[in-house]
Amino acid sequence: MSQLFTAPFELAYPYKRSLGPTLSVFFNGLRDGRLFGARTEEGRVLVPPTEYDPMTGRSTKDLVEVGPSGTVTNWCWVAQPRSDHPITDRPFAWATIQLEGADTGLLHVVATDDASQMKLGMRVWPVWAEERVGTMRDIQWFQTKPPPDCSNQHTVAAPLTQIISPSRLCYQVTASELLREFLVALMDKKIVGSRCPVTGKVYVPPRGASPVTGQPMESDLVEVAQTGTVTTFCVVNIPFEGQRLKPPYVCAHVLLDGADVPLLHLVGGCDAAEVTMGMRVSAVWVDDAQMAPTLESIAYFQPTGETDVSMLDDAKPA
Amino acid sequence: MAERCAVIGIGQTRHAAKRLDVSLPGLVREAAQEALSDANMDWSDMDAVVLGKAPDMFEGVIMPELSLAGALGAVGKPMMRVHTAGSVGGSTAVVASNLIRSGVHRRVLTVAYEKQSESNAMWALSHKYPFAPPVMAGAGGYFAPVIREYIRRSGAPDHIGHLVAVKDRINGLANPKAHLQLADIDIEKVRNSPMLWEPIRYLESCPSSDGAAAMVLTDEHYADAGSAPPAWLHGAAMRSEPLLFADRDEVNPRAGWDAARAMYDEAGITNPIHDIDTAEIYVPFSWYEPMWLENLGFSDRDEGWCRVEDGTTQMGGALPINPSGGVMCSNPIGASGMLRFAEAAMQVRGQAGDHQVDGAKVALGHAYGGGSQFFSMWIVGAKRP
Amino acid sequence: MRDVAIIGYHRMLPSLQNTAEESQMVSIVVSGALNQAGLSRRDVDFFCSGSCDYNMGRPFSFVMALDGIGAWPPACESHVEMDAAWALYEAWVHLQMGHAEIAVVYGFGKSSLVDMEMVSTQQLDPYFLAPLGVTGTDLAGMQAAALLNTGRYSTRDFAEVVIRSRTAVGGSGTAKELLQAPQLHGPLRAHDLPVRADGAAAVVLAAGPRACVHGAAHIIGIDHRIEAHSVGARDLSQSASTALAGKQAGVVNVDVAELHASYSHQEFILKDALNLGGGVVLNPSGGSLVDDIPMVSGLIRLGEAAVAIREGGANRAVAHASSGPCLQQNLVCLLEGGRG
Repeated sequence: MSQLFTAPFELAYPYKRSLGPTLSVFFNGLRDGRLFGARTEEGRVLVPPTEYDPMTGRSTKDLVEVGPSGTVTNWCWVAQPRSDHPITDRPFAWATIQLEGADTGLLHVVATDDASQMKLGMRVWPVWAEERVGTMRDIQWFQTKPPPDCSNQHTVAAPLTQIISPSRLCYQVTASELLREFLVALMDKKIVGSRCPVTGKVYVPPRGASPVTGQPMESDLVEVAQTGTVTTFCVVNIPFEGQRLKPPYVCAHVLLDGADVPLLHLVGGCDAAEVTMGMRVSAVWVDDAQMAPTLESIAYFQPTGETDVSMLDDAKPA
Repeated sequence: MAERCAVIGIGQTRHAAKRLDVSLPGLVREAAQEALSDANMDWSDMDAVVLGKAPDMFEGVIMPELSLAGALGAVGKPMMRVHTAGSVGGSTAVVASNLIRSGVHRRVLTVAYEKQSESNAMWALSHKYPFAPPVMAGAGGYFAPVIREYIRRSGAPDHIGHLVAVKDRINGLANPKAHLQLADIDIEKVRNSPMLWEPIRYLESCPSSDGAAAMVLTDEHYADAGSAPPAWLHGAAMRSEPLLFADRDEVNPRAGWDAARAMYDEAGITNPIHDIDTAEIYVPFSWYEPMWLENLGFSDRDEGWCRVEDGTTQMGGALPINPSGGVMCSNPIGASGMLRFAEAAMQVRGQAGDHQVDGAKVALGHAYGGGSQFFSMWIVGAKRP
Repeated sequence: MRDVAIIGYHRMLPSLQNTAEESQMVSIVVSGALNQAGLSRRDVDFFCSGSCDYNMGRPFSFVMALDGIGAWPPACESHVEMDAAWALYEAWVHLQMGHAEIAVVYGFGKSSLVDMEMVSTQQLDPYFLAPLGVTGTDLAGMQAAALLNTGRYSTRDFAEVVIRSRTAVGGSGTAKELLQAPQLHGPLRAHDLPVRADGAAAVVLAAGPRACVHGAAHIIGIDHRIEAHSVGARDLSQSASTALAGKQAGVVNVDVAELHASYSHQEFILKDALNLGGGVVLNPSGGSLVDDIPMVSGLIRLGEAAVAIREGGANRAVAHASSGPCLQQNLVCLLEGGRG
């Protein structure tokens, strides 16, 4: 049972980052196998280049080519690389490398056979990737001797104005005990909520604390009816990712009998145009085979055919 | 007794669907540099920086104050990042003004931004989180049922939303920074535009924009240092209420009403529609104009729509609303609230150019967020309080 | 400046995984802190919280937590997407304006939801650092290496900090045993890294006459500063921003220090930055090495420093909170007792 209530969740997107004038020189440079820094008003050369001097906030002036080699100003050995590291199959060193002509250190990786070969102040050269697209990984790593072929690939492709930075975070979400009780009840075709001990109001889905008191709800959950009233709604006309119903469909606030806050759900089993405020509806469950720990076990609410309830001034049924 | 606070510098980017010509630092610096110039000040003159923006999923950079500190001249200084959902641009300005009013700092740079084009706003807001109630509709799908309830209880005719949509876009034409520049907008076009989440039509909805806003706030001593007379802070307030609780009025939330009352008390405003010359209020869907008019006490309950229909809120009317074109023309979510506050300040400084409300001396800036739960607002005036 | 004091504090017991709803966690800690202060929610003029959407995996995560404070009638409330120590700073500023008297600060976070190392990568410069997949621990390793290069400290010193911290919470062991383990992240061993946890905490602040209660820890100085983000542009063996914040806060003559040193070596950097001498008791709570809760550990240092004054007999305590890679941003708060 506990397996049912832990699920993975991924936040992933290939972010498109436009570069602006300074960064585009740097990233086009990387694609060309060249390195650039930005010069501050005081004449310091910042690598990697920023359009501002972080110490003053003032804009940097021009960009100048730096490197290709540099000296190691700090380093640390990574004994067990992560799968997202630039080198994944063997230990390596992170290092700040002060490139020839630069006044600050660039963070990148240095590949040596062993930590004992890493020395402060040692000279290193970039090893460029065969295929370069304009990213920090166009440099595979730095090494202690110049690579055999130092000639740069000159690209004929159009200048880059943006880079793609994919991001992926993987979560493992476990439902709280409260949520579990609610979802287990749903799989049993029951709808339950929690009651505030001070106001006596029933909340569906159940809440961790009473929103008006900030105090815990009663520990026993309360079953509510499967029928209720549509207090308000909208007709969704536009598609979006993850929709189950094809537009147009109705998304409604359904105030279940016995509950004191409306539930957001779908109204189906009728034309969208037939839905009214005050309409009486009842839950329609999905097939047994599709029942799962989610509010989507209720497919939608459908009209019961009873007379509409008249709405009071403040959106409550009379 | 709180210190007086003055707005002496204001800046904003040219807002657009995609600012492909700038990086993230470039976007915020564009607004910040304009504000510093306007204030006749330099980065080194600022004592502290307060940054605001909405969820980090939009740009995929977690806690961006860390990687933007250098870009905003904050190294060696106190820096904070506020996040109060859609109202964040406003709250950020309030937090920054508190640093002045408390006497902690004398000159504060505040910036708010969003670069939504780096991802997709709908994607960022509609994840299928495990075990959470499923997302049924996009952002408008949340507000549309609330609007329907407003229409029912007030008896407002259908075209009110269309009037606001046209008014705001025409106002936007006089604002060179506004994202939407819809020269051929008219009622017919709005009425015929696709229905998104009934009753909200496409042309009644705000765009998704990249943009930033910035202000330089100072204490009394520096109030006259800027290139235009200061906008003095007369009153400000923030209030929040829970998203969903029994008997909640989502149409006319008490948090908005309480915030307005606290702000009016502080500013000595007793008759809002009479005492205030113009207001920049957070209207992401056109129907929110009449709703917020009521919530802010500019009209009686159920009569906000009458003020729209009778021309009160037009340029040239008794209370022009959103002379800048508002959120309906530009919506970089994290910045939108600060744009309202900044535009209000521009009005009383006489800086609004072609969208200046003649003789504006007292203006309101307003922002809201979440499920109409978070409210931040301020009153600024030409007169020293 | 108006007299503001910490008069209540409550934290959840450390836990490697807490599956409670955010609102439940907040409800517990806010109630606990208010109880200690002898107050109720009705007495609160301002609420401010710290949390992080990306930690929780969804936008507006702090909105879910709002139920835990009972914001009805509507509350004057704000939020920072930072460690709640900065929410405490915002609340302190709010109280300085003069019209409010009681503020409640809270924070929550869960390390169990996601690999915090991946989160730390995405906190870094999106053009130059995040694409390399470098993590907060990788950079901590660089910082530890820089510190060792100064010759002032050794990895044995680091191990002794770990033993002392663990002992404070009932653990045991010797530095010698710890040093048998392999170095994984530069000079850092597994024990030099924080034990990541889930949890929440809340603090009650009172201003003016209401600050003068028995056991109150008065804030006699508070300041925070940020440094440049790039690790290639600053001296990692020092914390210039902590030194500056400490100076602005007037840190001197302290009995106890609660330092937000998530990695063992950072304690030395911070101690030096704040000029803490040999007589200062460091992290009697165990510090964030023994349980590090995202967005809360900093606030907990402030709360625990107040505990040292309220219950531990300390007269003056300094609390420190940090944010960003290699102590990029630091907050320092000087607390004093004996005025109730």
